Amino acid sequence: MKKFSLVLLLAVLTGLSALRAADIIGTITLNGTPPPEVPYTPLMNDSTCSAMYTTPPTTHFYVVGPNHELADAIVSLKGVTGKSTGANQPPVVMDQKGCLYQPQILAMQTGQKLVVKNSDTCIHNVHCVPAVAGNPESNQVQMPGGPDLDFTFSQPEMFMKFKCDVHPWMFAWVSVFDSPYYCISDKEGKFVIKNVPAGKYTVEADHRKLGTLTKDVEVKDSDVTVNFTFDVK
Amino acid sequence: MSENVLVKLNRPLHWFAVLTALFTFLLLGAGGLVTSHEAGMSVPDWPNSYGYNMFLFPPSKWIGGIFYEHTHRLMASGVGLMTTILALWLFGRNARPFMRWMGLILPILGIASEILFPNRWLDGVLYGATGFISYVASFFWPSCERSVRWMRWLGVAAFLLVVVQGVLGGLRVVLADAQLGIFHAIAGQSFFVLTAAIALFTSRWWQNLRPDRAGAALPAVGAHGVTRPVETNLRTLVLFTTVLIFCQLIIGATMRQQHAGLAIPDFPLAYGKIWPDTSPAAVQSYNEHRMNVIAENAITAPQIILQMIHRLVALAIFFLTVTCAWQARRQLGKTDSLAKLAWFWLGLILAQILLGAATIWSNKAADVATAHVLGGALSLVTGALWCAIAFRRSAALPEIAPAATISGAFGGAPAMAANK
Repeated sequence: MKKFSLVLLLAVLTGLSALRAADIIGTITLNGTPPPEVPYTPLMNDSTCSAMYTTPPTTHFYVVGPNHELADAIVSLKGVTGKSTGANQPPVVMDQKGCLYQPQILAMQTGQKLVVKNSDTCIHNVHCVPAVAGNPESNQVQMPGGPDLDFTFSQPEMFMKFKCDVHPWMFAWVSVFDSPYYCISDKEGKFVIKNVPAGKYTVEADHRKLGTLTKDVEVKDSDVTVNFTFDVK
Repeated sequence: MSENVLVKLNRPLHWFAVLTALFTFLLLGAGGLVTSHEAGMSVPDWPNSYGYNMFLFPPSKWIGGIFYEHTHRLMASGVGLMTTILALWLFGRNARPFMRWMGLILPILGIASEILFPNRWLDGVLYGATGFISYVASFFWPSCERSVRWMRWLGVAAFLLVVVQGVLGGLRVVLADAQLGIFHAIAGQSFFVLTAAIALFTSRWWQNLRPDRAGAALPAVGAHGVTRPVETNLRTLVLFTTVLIFCQLIIGATMRQQHAGLAIPDFPLAYGKIWPDTSPAAVQSYNEHRMNVIAENAITAPQIILQMIHRLVALAIFFLTVTCAWQARRQLGKTDSLAKLAWFWLGLILAQILLGAATIWSNKAADVATAHVLGGALSLVTGALWCAIAFRRSAALPEIAPAATISGAFGGAPAMAANK
C-alpha cells in the first residue's frame, strides 16, 4: 500500500510538472529618436478618402510612448511549431476604415480565421502578398458594404503584407504563428505570452522597422520577466 | 507591282502607322503611370474589370489606382485594334477575304459564348458586333496593293506581339507575378520600336533611300549633296549603344517591379558615399529611416547594387552617345540627317539622365518617374531607327555593292537586320 501511494505521488508530481505553465511578461522600449512620421499625402489627394479627415493622418511606423515604450513589436517563442490552436480560436479582425487598415499590425495562428471588413464607402481590393510557400497570394475585391473576406494561412510567416492597390498607401502586416505563444506589445510597450509550459525558450521580439532581438529564458512555475530594448541605428 | 516596291505611294498607311506608334508611346506612358502609382493590381480580374466587361466598366468606379490601371487597359485595347488594322492594311486588298471570314467566325463565337456563358451575354454581343464591323469594313477596305513580304511579316509580328503583350499584362494581374511585369514592360518597349520602325519603313523618306531602278542611289544626302557611307565601325557603335540602352531598360523595369520605392534616396552620391555600404547592418539602418507612404517594402542589398549598376550603365551610355554623335559629325558632316539624329540622341540621353536624377530628388514622384520611362523608350527607338537608316543607307550605296543586287537581296531587309 505504501509502495502504491509513493508511485501515485510520483505520478501526480510528474503530471503536475508537465502541466506547469507560467506567463512570459515584459516591456519593449526604444533607445534613440526614430525618424518623424510622415503624413499620408496621397490619401489627402483622394477626394473620397480625404473627406473622412480634417487633418492628414500620419504613418505609425514607430508607436513610442513618453518613456520610450514601443508598441507594435511582436513577441514570440522562437522555434515553437506544431502547437497551433488556431482552428479553435475566434477570428482576428482587420477593418478598412478611413482608407487605412485598422489595426496595421496583427498576429494570428495557422488555421485561424482572419476576417477583413470594409467600413468605408469606397471600393477596396484586399491584396495579400505572402512570402512563404504554402501561403497563397490573393487579390480580392471588396465593395463598400460588401461581405467580409476570410483568410486562413497554413504556414508561419512574419509580417505578411496586406495592401490595397486602389489606395496604394494602405498597408497592414500580419504575422502568422504555428503556436499560441505570441503577442503584440501595447501602447505601454508591455507584452504577455500566456501559459507557456515549463522549459527553456528563446524569446524573440520583432519590429517591422527595427528588426529582431532575442533572449533566452527558462520557464518554471512562476512568471518570467524579459525586457527588450531596440536601438535606432 | 514588284515585290521590291514598298508602299511608297500609300501616305494614309504611313500616317496611320505614325499614329499607331504615337499611341503606343502614350500607352507606354499610361503603363508607366500604373507602376509609378503602384496601381497594377488595383483591378484584380482580367480580362474583366471588377466583373464588368472591360468596355462597360462604369467610370464612376474608376477611383484611385483603378483609374490608372483601367485607362491603361482601354488604351491597350485601342492600340491592339490599331495594330490589327495596320497589319491588315499591309496586306492591302488581300485582307478582304480574311475580314469576311472573321465576319462569319466572330458571330459564331459570340453565339457559342452566349450558350456557354449566358450570364455574360454582353461578351457574345461584342463578338458579334466586331464580326459584323469586320464584314462590313471589308467592302470599304483600301484596294491598295499588298506591301512587300517582309513588311507584311513585320505587320504580323506587330500583331502577334501586341496580343502577347496584352496576355502578359493580364497574366501579371491574374497570376500576381511581378516578374511577368518585367517582361510586360520590356515587350512594351520592343513593341514601340516595332511600330516606329513600321512608320519609318512606310515613309516616302525611307523609300527614297532605296536605290532607284537604274541602280543609282537616290539622295541620302551628305554634306555637299553627296551620298556618304556610314562606316561599319560607326554603325556597330550605335548598334552596341542601342543594345546597351535596351539592357538598361531591363534593369529599370526590374527596379520598378520591385515595388520598393527608391533603393537609394540620394544622387549623385549614394547614401552619402560614392559606393554605398551594403552590409546587413547598413541595410537595416537604411530601412529604419525609410518613411515611405507608398511602396513601403524593405529594401535589400541586391536592390541597392542594382540601382548602382543602373547609374553606371547610364554613365556608359552617355559616353557612348557622345562618341556616336562626335563620330557621326566627323564622318558624315554636320548637315547630314544621321549626324543630326545622333546629336538629338545625345540630347535625349542627357535629358534622360536629368530625369533619372529628378526621379530620385522627387522621391520617385509618379509623373517624373513616368517621364523617365518615356525618355528611355524614346532613347531606344532613336538608336534603333538610327541603325535602321544607317544600314539601309549603307546597303544602298553603289560603291559598297551593286544596287540591283542589294535591291534583289534585301528589299529593305537591312532595316530588319538593324532591328534584331
